[in-house]
Amino acid sequence: MKANPKDVFSGTYYIDGDVACAYGAAAAGCKFLAGYPITPSTEAAEAFAKLAPQIGAMFIQMEDELGSIVAVLGASWAGKKSMTITSGPGFSLMMEGIGFGAALETPFVIINIQRGGPSTGVPTRTGQADMMQARWGSHGDYEIIALSPDSPQESFEFTIKAFNLAERYRVPVMLMSDECVGHMTEKVVIPSASEIEVEPRRFYHGPKDQYLPFKPERDLVPPMVKAGEGYRLHLTGLVHDENGYPLLDCDIDEVTQKSTTRRLVDKIRANADKIIEIKEDSLDDAEVVVVSYGITSRVALKGIEQAREYGIKVGSLRLVTVWPFPEKRITELAHKIKGFVVPEINYGQIVFEVERCSHGKANVVLVPHGGAGVHNPDDIFEAIKQVAKNKEKYEGVVEYRTSLERLIFG
Amino acid sequence: MSKEKHHPMESWLRMDRIPHIWCPGCGIGTTLTAVIAALEKIEANPDEVCVVSGIGCTGRAAGYLKFDSFHTTHGRAIPFATGIKLANPKLKVMVISGDGDLVAIGGNHFVHAARRNIDLTVICVNNFIYAMTGGQVAPTTPLTAYSTTSPYGNFEPPANIPRLAEAAGAVYVARWTALHVRRLTKSIVEAIQKPGFSVVEVISPCAQYYSRINRLGDGLDMMKFYHQNSLIKHMEPTENLDIQYQEQIIVGKFVDRERVPFTELQKEGCN
Repeated sequence: MKANPKDVFSGTYYIDGDVACAYGAAAAGCKFLAGYPITPSTEAAEAFAKLAPQIGAMFIQMEDELGSIVAVLGASWAGKKSMTITSGPGFSLMMEGIGFGAALETPFVIINIQRGGPSTGVPTRTGQADMMQARWGSHGDYEIIALSPDSPQESFEFTIKAFNLAERYRVPVMLMSDECVGHMTEKVVIPSASEIEVEPRRFYHGPKDQYLPFKPERDLVPPMVKAGEGYRLHLTGLVHDENGYPLLDCDIDEVTQKSTTRRLVDKIRANADKIIEIKEDSLDDAEVVVVSYGITSRVALKGIEQAREYGIKVGSLRLVTVWPFPEKRITELAHKIKGFVVPEINYGQIVFEVERCSHGKANVVLVPHGGAGVHNPDDIFEAIKQVAKNKEKYEGVVEYRTSLERLIFG
Repeated sequence: MSKEKHHPMESWLRMDRIPHIWCPGCGIGTTLTAVIAALEKIEANPDEVCVVSGIGCTGRAAGYLKFDSFHTTHGRAIPFATGIKLANPKLKVMVISGDGDLVAIGGNHFVHAARRNIDLTVICVNNFIYAMTGGQVAPTTPLTAYSTTSPYGNFEPPANIPRLAEAAGAVYVARWTALHVRRLTKSIVEAIQKPGFSVVEVISPCAQYYSRINRLGDGLDMMKFYHQNSLIKHMEPTENLDIQYQEQIIVGKFVDRERVPFTELQKEGCN
């Protein structure tokens, strides 16, 4: 389905990544945003609040992030494409609602403009340290989808992609941006509505009394209905069966057999190949592969260029979809190359996924960064050199000591 | 052949989930009866009614009512209901939950939904205790009352729910006990019909925890207590509505005022 022309503000803009997210949400058909102000994400909420009456959408500034995320769930079940926008501390508060949303298989989008952490951290500066929280932050078993943009243009495009995936798989989708991308002002081209593909909600059309809110159809995903249309839905955060009824007085086998939890995990794992998107460059004869995402992949370009000039065969694998993780591709590469270099603005998160999927076949080197800024590309170049020259086999992940760390910590 | 007997409220209930989990002597069933009676009285279209509850004994109400019903996470019934109401203002959205859910963990949402005057009907069943988890002290437990976590008597001043609701901006506030079924039903009718944020507090016996721990007898004894100690005082200033341990409980309708609901204000604001 094509986007509704009323929702698409076609044109060429000079805007930051946050604002681009708001335009992306509008184009994707988002009609409800509940949020709470938090640096560095506020520009996105401000931009959406301004667009809302023009596109027939509702914006509400809630009392906190606990309320924001749950209002988003309520609105989604009332039939609106919905989202919230936040940053680290708010993201932490939203974990409760994310688990609830995953359990209810509610489509919605969360934009996290990451800042330095932990706790209040560095509010006005960048970080990429919420990546594992995105995946594992709420209690219990569930799967989500997370994307990572590296520019305002991608902030626009990936917000649409996030809505499409959320509706397609009835799952919370996280746009894991960061302060650098969020506050970076660049040219953004918003195409015409006819060029924007939008996934409509998968509504159920069968007899009303036979609707089961958690009975899967295509791709292990159940179709949805709206509240207020006579389906007399019942939804609960308790472990439930296809009808949404809690499994309270059942024995253990019956809970395992009837619960939807297995499918929450399976619907993403089984469809991972369809969901995963990566951008590859010069991997065919690469000896070293740089795995990166978000703003770091742009910084890494320079380090990769330096390494190539130096004569190292280095390729790049950029995670567009961070979750689910491209396990197969990493394993495949691990068998062919000397090692991976993983720069990220944290002290090691995605690098451990790379190590897990390498199965000991390739060395894995982390180029860490404590946040508030981005890497010096020279460090990425040096790390690539280290991996290319090294002949020994590392045990586990090895941390590259960046120039900054050596300067500070000796 | 004997005629099959049906409960008169069967069409409003998820009969496939009965029997319910509530204990003998509990007041939540009575409250649900009043809710259904109120909806019958106003001839509500059940397809347009949404019930949202949180966690706790009263939180299970959503599981038994045959509307679009949502059993949300602890304290989040009001924001979930806010999302539904704003996304589809045609729906009658009711929040049925307990004192702990609405006033403790969900207290901030209660205050702000009242301030915004979101058009919701909030039924707060107040049993003075966290019963689902086994009888811990609640924000409503009267001073000196025992609970499993106030083993030497509660020393925390309890919340006065009508006063909180009024101060935050609710347009309709009433309090009854589970004994006052007829008056409670009438208040629920008024609350549903009132545009804006309305709150009906229902003082309810918890025979299994509150009255057992405090040796106050069973559900029937609690009903007798309400009968002897409830005082109907409509429009009593809410500052006088504190509840002292085993003392008089003032019931009635305390607030009925006009404030423009959120969705109306929003429409105006957009023009």
